[in-house]
Amino acid sequence: MFRIILIWYLCNPLFPQKAGIVLFIKKEITFLSTIASLQIGETGTISEGALDEIPLKLLEMGCLPGAEVQLVQIAPLKDPLYICVNGSHLAIRKETAACIEIIKS
Amino acid sequence: MVSKKNIKVALIGNPNTGKTSIFNQLTGLNQKVGNYPGVTVDKKEGISKLSEQQTATITDLPGTYSINPTSLDESIVLKTLLDAKDKDAPDVILVVADAENLKRNLLLFSQIKDLQIPTLLVINMADQMQRKGISIDIKALEKELNTNIVLVSARKKDGIKEVKSAIIDCFIASKTTPMCSVNHKIDEAYFNKLKEVSSNYSLYELWLMVTQSSFPASISKEEKEKLLAFNSDTSKVKKYQHKETIYRYQKINEILKKTYTVDTSKATDLRSRLDRIFTHKIFGYVLFFGILLLIFQSIFDWATLPMDLIDTLFAEISSYLKDTLPEGVLTDLLTDGVIPGIGGVIIFIPQIAILFLFIAILEETGYMSRVVFLMDKIMRRFGMNGKSIIPLISGTACAIPAIMATRNISSWKERLITILVTPFTTCSARLPVYAIIIALIIPNKKIAGFLSLQGLTLLLLYALGFATAILAAYILQKTLKIKSRSFFVVEMPNYKLPSVKNVVFDVIEKTKAFVLGAGKIILALSIVLWFLASNGPGSFKDIEKNIVESTIDQQISAAEIEQKIASVKLEKSYIGIMGKAIEPAIEPLGYDWKIGIAIITSFAAREVFIGTLATIYSVGSNDEDVATIKQKMASEVHPETGEKRFNFPVGMSLLVFYAFAMQCMATLAIVKRETKTWKWPLIQLFGMGTLAYISAFIVYQILS
Repeated sequence: MFRIILIWYLCNPLFPQKAGIVLFIKKEITFLSTIASLQIGETGTISEGALDEIPLKLLEMGCLPGAEVQLVQIAPLKDPLYICVNGSHLAIRKETAACIEIIKS
Repeated sequence: MVSKKNIKVALIGNPNTGKTSIFNQLTGLNQKVGNYPGVTVDKKEGISKLSEQQTATITDLPGTYSINPTSLDESIVLKTLLDAKDKDAPDVILVVADAENLKRNLLLFSQIKDLQIPTLLVINMADQMQRKGISIDIKALEKELNTNIVLVSARKKDGIKEVKSAIIDCFIASKTTPMCSVNHKIDEAYFNKLKEVSSNYSLYELWLMVTQSSFPASISKEEKEKLLAFNSDTSKVKKYQHKETIYRYQKINEILKKTYTVDTSKATDLRSRLDRIFTHKIFGYVLFFGILLLIFQSIFDWATLPMDLIDTLFAEISSYLKDTLPEGVLTDLLTDGVIPGIGGVIIFIPQIAILFLFIAILEETGYMSRVVFLMDKIMRRFGMNGKSIIPLISGTACAIPAIMATRNISSWKERLITILVTPFTTCSARLPVYAIIIALIIPNKKIAGFLSLQGLTLLLLYALGFATAILAAYILQKTLKIKSRSFFVVEMPNYKLPSVKNVVFDVIEKTKAFVLGAGKIILALSIVLWFLASNGPGSFKDIEKNIVESTIDQQISAAEIEQKIASVKLEKSYIGIMGKAIEPAIEPLGYDWKIGIAIITSFAAREVFIGTLATIYSVGSNDEDVATIKQKMASEVHPETGEKRFNFPVGMSLLVFYAFAMQCMATLAIVKRETKTWKWPLIQLFGMGTLAYISAFIVYQILS
């Protein structure tokens, strides 16, 4: 309930935004990001809605909605990403990772 | 059914499961590599003795994660399994899984099981289970999967006997119930209609035909048309494939929950500790280049002795035959054409074998995937894939197996670019040419006390080859109008110690591929060259007589007369005429007709350059004594200027020419095979030739 009022407050053009509040709120609300936005060592869960965007090959290797994915390492030059998902250790390109939505834990 | 003498078994599984080890254990040395009809993928087969009365032909299919293919290699798996009516179709499929990645391995297994061919599951790396805290309830799993399971540790040779008897049992029992009936969950109506199309194939086979548009030879035209109709709504089919995969994993998870446990407190994690070093921003690359340096150094250090031995051996054989066999054309053909030709192929084996040895070790340990990981972004800037680094490195031994190694690159454009630029890397055939020219024109000095100037020049030539490959790839990337979606998923397997047996078998296989593939062509060409060099128009046959007559009064030894005859013969032969004919074209590069002849002959194979020069400068034809060739070359004099023929500008021009020119018929043949058209090899030939000509021209004009 509190969250709904807060969002109404923030999104309502009648009220000027205070940057600090928005930052504080952002920390509270979980928001959707992609595998590409993980930091090294962070984990996330692949969201259910991501199914259509995941290439079939990745699905077959275990990258399924609901599975836990951890970023192990980033290659120099920021690409590819070395991830561990569902027990499989894989390297995928950043552009592929950016299509897969996750929920950060 | 039981009376069948030979069971056909197909070996399938994820990469890195030790499938190759199992294949090697089952077949020993009874392996051969053939070809799949119509496709340029190697077919690996072997015979295994299952019991006293029973043998099996085992086909090692390329490793794949799913029966849905994303590359040429993987499409073979589908083709082989889809046609159960085909005479080569397997009777039994052996799915290899490894204990640690069982969940993912079972996806492929579930697909195979749905094909309704008798299937056996082999779980490898059983010896690692305890270390990783894994325990599997085999009996329960067998019941859930309705399949016999054998626990194996291929490295330790545990369980191989059980696999053999299990194959026989599987064949006899012939259980063929599918594992996942996912159809009713996805869209019952659609799949029921699909099943009605044909009673000759299982539902899953029909579904695969629809999704992959791949049809077995035995299917009828009406059935095929009906199936094509099912694929009209591609987004629906794609959605169903996604759902199918999800439902498969759901079933697998259910089953594993009851039968598979991991005690994570027991697991040791060597992988992440090593990965932190090997994929490190800076240290990862440093280590990689260090390893490359080690490889090159070893190739030079270790290969020299065997190469010298082979050289001497073939020279001895040739002169022995020349002495013992009766004089005549056939003897000449044998001693001057065939034997040197074969020798020219065999002499490469030490270098190629050593390079393949290192590459096989790096692949076996799992390090290659980390290399691909480090190099992908860089390679992509030049239109290639991270996996292209392996052919580029192998190209320093020989471009032929390197080009064959591009088969695991799924994007056609990336694969084509890799194939086209790999010949720019300095292959081992260029080395003898480089060595002799460097020895002639670069002083044997050391700078900074330890860096040999000659060694440095060689290193620069290697760098030149590599840089040109990269640059050419960049240009091709921008100019080739090929649409292709590049996809990149690489598994980072666990690090493990390389298995000696696997490495040795791999090296033998790849060396054989080179010898048989390139060898035939080099041999054929050597014979053609011999013919062109030992025959000529007009008064050719009188040369010998004329020389003997004209020198009859002079104090010249018999050996010197023979050499003079050989030299004049070469000049007046067909090849000599060709060399004289192109002389005006190559003069701006600093070459004369003698060098012209050598260049023409090297268009077949670069290493022929030295042999041709030996003949031209009338060194005895049995004796490729490099020191004598060098002396002769050093003393050659330009008729007009009176200066040395092989001076610095000419030498540099030659080096540059050989760095860029496409002088290898065998490579052209392989490129034609892999690209299925003559267009690309011809483009390579003329493109690289033009580049070589222009560069050599510029170098010579600037330096002289």
